[in-house]
Amino acid sequence: MLRMPEPDRAVLGRRAEIVAALRKIVPGEGVIDSERERRAYECDGLTAYRQTPMVVALPETTAQVAAVLRYCKENGVKVVPRGAGTSLSGGALPLEDGVLLGLGKFKRILDIDVQNRCVVAQPGVANLAISHAVQGFGLYYAPDPSSQIACSIGGNVAENSGGVHCLKYGLTTNNVIGVEFVTIEGEVIRLGGKFFDAGGYDLLGVLVGSEGLLGVVTEVTVRVLPTPPGARALLIGFASVRGAGDCVASVIGSGIIPGGMEIMDKLAIEAAEAFVHAGYPLDAEALLIVELDGCGAEVDHLVACVEKIAADHGATYCRASRSEEERLLFWAGRKAAFPAVGRISPDYLCMDGTIPRREIGAVLERMKQLEAKYSLRVANVFHAGDGNLHPLILFDANNPGELERAEEFGHDILRLCVEVGGVPTGEHGVGVEKRDLMDAMFDEVDLAQQQRLKCAFDEVSLLNPGKVFPQLCRCAELGRVHVRGGALRFPDLPRF
Amino acid sequence: MSVYRPTDAREVVDIVAAAAAERRSLEICAGGSKRALGRPVRADAALDVSGIAGVVNYEAAELVLTARPSTPLAEIETALRGQGQRLAFEPPQWLDLLGGGGTPTLGGVLACNLSGPRRVRAGAARDFILGFSAVSGRGELFKAGGKVVKNVTGFDLSKLMVGSFGTLAVLTEVTLKVMPRPETECTILLQGFGAAKALDVMARALNSPHEVVCAAHLPEFSALRSCVAAQGAVTALRLEGPAPSVAFRAGAIEQMFGGGARLETESSARFWEEVGEVRALLPQGSQLVWRLCTTPSLSADVVESIREKLAGAEAYFDWGGGLVWLSVDAAEAGADAGAAVVRGAINGCGHATLVVAPEVLRDTVEVFQPSEPALAALEARVKGNFDPVKLFNPGRMRKAM
Repeated sequence: MLRMPEPDRAVLGRRAEIVAALRKIVPGEGVIDSERERRAYECDGLTAYRQTPMVVALPETTAQVAAVLRYCKENGVKVVPRGAGTSLSGGALPLEDGVLLGLGKFKRILDIDVQNRCVVAQPGVANLAISHAVQGFGLYYAPDPSSQIACSIGGNVAENSGGVHCLKYGLTTNNVIGVEFVTIEGEVIRLGGKFFDAGGYDLLGVLVGSEGLLGVVTEVTVRVLPTPPGARALLIGFASVRGAGDCVASVIGSGIIPGGMEIMDKLAIEAAEAFVHAGYPLDAEALLIVELDGCGAEVDHLVACVEKIAADHGATYCRASRSEEERLLFWAGRKAAFPAVGRISPDYLCMDGTIPRREIGAVLERMKQLEAKYSLRVANVFHAGDGNLHPLILFDANNPGELERAEEFGHDILRLCVEVGGVPTGEHGVGVEKRDLMDAMFDEVDLAQQQRLKCAFDEVSLLNPGKVFPQLCRCAELGRVHVRGGALRFPDLPRF
Repeated sequence: MSVYRPTDAREVVDIVAAAAAERRSLEICAGGSKRALGRPVRADAALDVSGIAGVVNYEAAELVLTARPSTPLAEIETALRGQGQRLAFEPPQWLDLLGGGGTPTLGGVLACNLSGPRRVRAGAARDFILGFSAVSGRGELFKAGGKVVKNVTGFDLSKLMVGSFGTLAVLTEVTLKVMPRPETECTILLQGFGAAKALDVMARALNSPHEVVCAAHLPEFSALRSCVAAQGAVTALRLEGPAPSVAFRAGAIEQMFGGGARLETESSARFWEEVGEVRALLPQGSQLVWRLCTTPSLSADVVESIREKLAGAEAYFDWGGGLVWLSVDAAEAGADAGAAVVRGAINGCGHATLVVAPEVLRDTVEVFQPSEPALAALEARVKGNFDPVKLFNPGRMRKAM
């Protein structure tokens, strides 16, 4: 079972005093004290873990955020930042002795700068709202996590969110050009802006994806791109997942980077087809969806290229969309894959490893063996272009022990991803969910170096402690310079 | 001065650990082609990592290349070309710009975050690094990131390495995302625009759905020096992709702006190489060269305001106006190389780097944009956590770091 840092009894004992102090900083209903209302914040998108926070603060200005953080620093109180609370890795899981700092009131788009192709938004603005704000200018914001209706741009920055189109258009980190953030000291720092690259160290590059451990983002500048004039999708069926994987390699090997490229396995195809009737071939073992975007001349040319590659790889089914409605229908099944799986199973866990694509066949075969070992089924959907897997482990939490079995199964899958040269998380973040797997990928020297970066921003570990790293940072110890021929040893710190 | 020449990561660890124990600072070098970029380094010894070279693994279908940092850039590009791929950020070499010769290496490109004209659309060097191994100033070999194209496991230290000019750690291996080389390219040349009008034209082109990958404006003097030898200013827009797509989009761009001359495949590539390599397009002689990254729509005003104070300044615009290459007359610029004028004109909307200047000036002038105090303190703490005794390239980026 997941262990979080031991609550600080002294802080809990001062709860009333802390609430009163926060009320002086954040007026009115911006401080939530009652147990019933606090419980609304007890989890994020990873609902298996819940913890009611000590108190919730919902500031409205950067100055309030700075004052809250300064107070927390001075008083040794932990802080968990939260955007829209859609994290799938528990990045916003509250702490019993911590302030939950919600950025939900930072809802304004501050500047739409068409000439410079960028938008300045407050962190609580929903991802999709940015695209909506610029669509009249023929522009859009490219990263599109599937929660994009709800997830906030601030949360995207914290998690370095991806989406279906990121092979071609990049992750959040490639599309954010500036932030204003507040340190745990309460200092307001601006990184980047409406210009390219950094004048000094690329601290923006490390802040993106830092999962709320380095600072609290209060403003985000993103670059926006011209909307592709058109797109067509292909549905391609294969008699094996390996065949689909080989086809993907050939498409990329031929020099084509599709806007999106997804694979679903048989169980996912069946669940999606039963749910949305997208016309998926039910006799296929694997379904490949390829979307090509650009001007009409380019799209038609590439569709023909991909059709030929698919035929060369023995596709059992191949259909290209002839209209926008049909293209959206092709996607409807994929986009509804998670809820569709939810209809055939009471509960599921969504994993998020990335593997070198050449390993797809082998990894899926090992997963089949693991299904037998754990007596649980897995439906697979994945971003084929970049090898980012989303195995959905089906289970029933009402059966005693089944959640634990599903979690252990998930950990085996992620260890397998690392074993074949991949990583345990491609886009959902480490959070608490994959925290204890960090050492499958990184040794203690690697983790110590990452934690030293944390120390440069937050040396007493008050920002989102218990996330990402299996051990709390011990900055004094990590900061000590003692070199012994390059063979430094770290004492075995206890796991919390 | 002693020179250490390690041949593998293990030897780098031993050398750095010994240097740390004795507090002997190290200048990290390999091909030597970027030695004149940044502040001059005064170190106790040289760490020549030329031996840490070679492609480790390249799988075209995975879009991933792993190499040791001193692999010559030319070797990387040849390997990629063989599979119809490339580095999408189009790293420039800057051999003529910086003088002094040498061999550009992958590690040097990353240490300096060098990106060419395609950066405006494709992203910078920092956008294509996936992971690395390096030796910290504690003499510890560590790694971060991964070897797959999509990964959010742990802090993204890779971005921090890129553009850190070797002041944080000694790279021993890097993994990059590589991209397919497009089938063909062409460039549309529009003539006769002033800088302000050209910024507007470039913004309209970059905002159009026609996937313009590069946009540069050469005022009269640069246009004349370029390979197109145009009489009068030239605004250039570059397109890449499958042949039918490029043909269609080139027609659409010409229609948008009422015509234009075309540079086809090789001449298009040659033109953009000149834009990225800089030197040929600027006045020669006793000139200092600044590189300004500003808000694109402001760059013409920034240049205008600089020219009011430094009449000998000449400039051209890349990245749709987001990058300004500015030469100033050394005598006119004076003791600060024009830093106060240049950075005053940018006025917080970007940053400026003094790229070409005699060593004595690069020693006294802030070569890189100074940071606000809170940010500067944070940068110093980050440096301290990678290289606590200031072993690596002391002074290269900031005097006290």
